[in-house]
Amino acid sequence: MALTLASATPAHSGLEVFWFIIIAILWAGYFVLEGFDFGIGILLGILGRDDLDRRVLINTIGPVWDGNEVWLLVAGGATFAAFPDWYATLFSGFYLPLFLILAALIFRGVAFEFRAKRTLPAWRLAWDHAIFWGSLIPALLWGVAFANILRGVPISRHFTYLGSFFNLLNPYALLGGVTTLLLFALHGAVFACLKTTDDIRTRASRAARVLAPATTAAIVAFLSWTYLNAHNAHDTGLVPPLVPILAIASIAVVEWLLRERLDGWAFVATAVGLICLVATIFLNLYPRVMVSSISPAYNLTIANAASAPYTLKVMTVVALIFTPLVLVYQGWSYWVFRARVGRPAQPGPASGLGPETPTPAASAATSGPAPTPPGQGGTS
Amino acid sequence: MTLDLSRWQFGITTIFHFMFVPLTIGLALLLAIMQTAAYRTRDDVAAHEKWNHMTRFWRRLFLINFAIGVVTGIVQEFQFGMNWSLYSRYVGSVFGAPLAIEGLLAFFLESTFLGIWIFGKGRVSPRIHLASIWLVGVGTMLSALFILAANSWMQHPVGYKVVGNRAIMTNFWAVMTNSTLVGSFLHVLFSALVTSALLILGVSAWHLLKDRRAMEAPQPVFAASAKLALVVGSVAIVATMFFGDNQARVMERQQPMKMAAAEAIYNTQDGASFSLLTIGDLSGNPIFQIRLPHLLSVLADNSWNGPVQGINQIQAKDVAKSGPGSYKPILWVTYWTFRIMVGCGIVMLGLMAAGLWLMRRRRLERSTWFLRLSVLAIALPFVANTTGWIFTEMGRQPWVVYGLLKTSQAVSHIGAGYVVTTLVGFTAIYSLLAVIDFGLMTRYARCGDQADEPGTDHEREPGTDQAPALIY
Repeated sequence: MALTLASATPAHSGLEVFWFIIIAILWAGYFVLEGFDFGIGILLGILGRDDLDRRVLINTIGPVWDGNEVWLLVAGGATFAAFPDWYATLFSGFYLPLFLILAALIFRGVAFEFRAKRTLPAWRLAWDHAIFWGSLIPALLWGVAFANILRGVPISRHFTYLGSFFNLLNPYALLGGVTTLLLFALHGAVFACLKTTDDIRTRASRAARVLAPATTAAIVAFLSWTYLNAHNAHDTGLVPPLVPILAIASIAVVEWLLRERLDGWAFVATAVGLICLVATIFLNLYPRVMVSSISPAYNLTIANAASAPYTLKVMTVVALIFTPLVLVYQGWSYWVFRARVGRPAQPGPASGLGPETPTPAASAATSGPAPTPPGQGGTS
Repeated sequence: MTLDLSRWQFGITTIFHFMFVPLTIGLALLLAIMQTAAYRTRDDVAAHEKWNHMTRFWRRLFLINFAIGVVTGIVQEFQFGMNWSLYSRYVGSVFGAPLAIEGLLAFFLESTFLGIWIFGKGRVSPRIHLASIWLVGVGTMLSALFILAANSWMQHPVGYKVVGNRAIMTNFWAVMTNSTLVGSFLHVLFSALVTSALLILGVSAWHLLKDRRAMEAPQPVFAASAKLALVVGSVAIVATMFFGDNQARVMERQQPMKMAAAEAIYNTQDGASFSLLTIGDLSGNPIFQIRLPHLLSVLADNSWNGPVQGINQIQAKDVAKSGPGSYKPILWVTYWTFRIMVGCGIVMLGLMAAGLWLMRRRRLERSTWFLRLSVLAIALPFVANTTGWIFTEMGRQPWVVYGLLKTSQAVSHIGAGYVVTTLVGFTAIYSLLAVIDFGLMTRYARCGDQADEPGTDHEREPGTDQAPALIY
C-alpha cells in the first residue's frame, strides 16, 4: 500500500500529543515499578541486618526488577522513534549524568545475579554496595534530569546542548533529585512492608514512617518551586494545580496509613504520588519536551521534535495491539509472585511463619513446590 | 577526535555486548529443547532425571551471561543519543521504530518470562514453566530480528525518503522485509546456535576428559549434552555458512565496495579469484598474493566467469555519485576480519563433521584428541562473531547509513573530554565484568553436576555445602 506523507507538518497533530502522553505514561510506569526496586536497593543495608535478610529483600524484587527496567528501555526507544530530536538533545546534552546512570544500572543489574554465586563475605558485601550505589545514583539523577528538562538548559538554535555537566547541578535540579531519591526510598520501604515478614517487615515499617515526613517536605518544596517557576513562564497543567496537590496529598497521607497498618493503601499512595509527580512535570512541560534557557524560540516541542507522521502511525498501531498484552502478562507475573518473602525457619519444626509464607527450608530439601533457591535469587 | 573516540566506544560496547547476546539466544533455545525433553519423558525416571540435570547445569551458565547481555544492552540503546545524536536526528523516524518495537515486543517478553522461569517453579504449572523458557527464547529471537532490521537499514536503506536533512520512513513493511535483513537475521540466529552449541560441546568435552583421566565412566549428562550440541551445532554451522554465502551475494549487489575490500580485488575482473593471503603496502597496493582462481566469482555471482567489481572502479563511481572523498574502508581490517570469520567457520565445520563421525562410530566419549580440540574450539565462535561484526560495520565505512550519511556527519557535538571519560569508564567496567564473568563461568562450568542434589532445584556454589537458605 502506498503511504504518503503530508508535505507540511501541522502545528500539533493528534499523534504527537498521543506519543507525548505515551512517553509520560512510560516514565510514570518506570518510576512506580523500578521506583520500589531502587528503594529496596537503597534500604538494603538498613533493612537487612545480615546476609540472609539482604537476600530476602533482593528476592522481593528478584523476579520482577528486569521487567521493570524495560519500561526505561521502551521509554528511551519510544522517544527515539517518536521524537528523535528530543532523544538526541537529551541524551547528548545530559551526557555525564546518563553515563553515571548507565554505569550504576550495569553494576546493579549484574549484582542481583552475581551476588549469590560465591559465599565469600567480601564478595557478598561488594555486590551489596553495588546494589546500594546502583540504586541510589539513578534515583537521585532521574530527578535531577527531569527538573532540568523542566527548568530549562542552554539549548541552541540547532537543538544542541551548550552547557556543561555543572549546569545540571543547580539547586532546583538537586532538590528534584533529592525528591525522587526520597520518594523511591519511601516507595521501596512500603513495598518491603508488603512483601516481607517478621523483623524485616517491622524495620521496613519503621523506616517508611521515618522517611514519610521528609519525603512530604521534599515534594512540597519541589512542587512549590516548580509552581513558582511555572507561574512566571508557562501555566499549562498547573492552573488549577490539582495534580501537584494530589501528589503532595498522597505522600502526606502515607505516614497515617502506615500507622493504621494499611500497608496496601500506603503503597497505592506512594504510587499515586509518583504518578502525579511525573504527570505534573509533563503537564507543565506540554507542549514543550525540552526547555531552552537561551530563548523560548529554541524550545523543543512536540511539533518541532517529532518524527514523521507515518512513523507515529506505525508505532501507534503496534502500541495499541501489544501494550495491552504486555500489561496483562506483566501484571500476571506480579500475581504469581504475590506471596511475602521470609527468612527460612530455624532448624527444627517449621513454625512461626505466617500463612502467607510458603514452605520453609525443611521441605525445600524435597522437591516440593515453591522454594526459591538462594543461588537463583538474582535474576537475569 | 570526538569522532574517533566515539567510534572506539561504539565498537567496544557493541563487541562486548555481542559476546553475551549469541549465548543468550542460543542457550535459551537449547534450554527450551532440554526442558521440553525432560517434560515429555516425565514417566521415564532415568531419562527425565538426565534431561533435568542438563537443564539445571546449563541454565546456570545461561543466567550468568544473561545478566551482562541485559545491562550492556541498555548502553547499546542509549549510546545512539549520547554519542551519535546527529545520526539519531537524521534516522530517528526509520531507525527508532524497530528499536522501540523491540523493547515493547521482545524485552518485556524476555524479562517477564525469565523471572517466571527462574523463580516460578512450583508457583506455576510445569507446563507454564516450560512455556516460559520458550517465550524467553522467542523474545531473544524477536529482539535479534528488530535490531537487525535496524542494522540492515543502515547497510541497505529501504522504505524511506529524504525530506530536508532527515530520512523519513515511508514503508515499515519494506524496512522489515529488507533483502539484507533476511540473510543477516538467519546468519546471526544460526551463528548464535553455533556459539552455544560449541560452548556446550567444549564444556562437556572438558568433563568427559576429566572422567577419562579419573578412569570413571563418562557422566551421562555430559555425554548427552555433547551429542545434543553436535547435532544442533552441525545443522547450525551449515545454515550459518549457507546464509552467510547468501549475504555475500546480496552484499556484492548492495555494497560492492565491502565485497571488493573483503577480497582485496583492486580492479574489476571477470572470473575473479578468491584471495587466500595478501600482503600489501599501506596505500593499499598488493605486493604478494595467493589466490584461488574463479572462486570469488562463484561465491559472489554464482558463475564461473562472473564479473566482480574492483576497489578502484567503485571508488571512481562513488566519487561521481557522492562527491569527492575516499569511499574505501580500511582494507586490511575488512580483508583480515573476513578471512578470520570464514576460517573459524571452516574449522568449526570440520570439527562438527569429525564429531558426527565419531558419534556414529560410538567413540565420541573416548576420543581424547577430539575432546581436547572441542575444549579449545569454545573460542572459535566468539572470534567469528566478533570479526564478522567488525567486518560488516567497518566494511560499510565511511558510511554510517550506506550512501546516505557518513559516520563523520553522525557524531554528537560534544567535547572530546566527555567522550574520553565515558570511553575509559565503560572500558574499565566491561573489563572488570569480563574478568568476573569469565571467572564465574569457568568456576560453574567445572563444578560438574554434583552441586545439585537430585530432585531438588537448589543452586550451590561449587565446593561448599551451604544449605538452601531462602524461601519464596
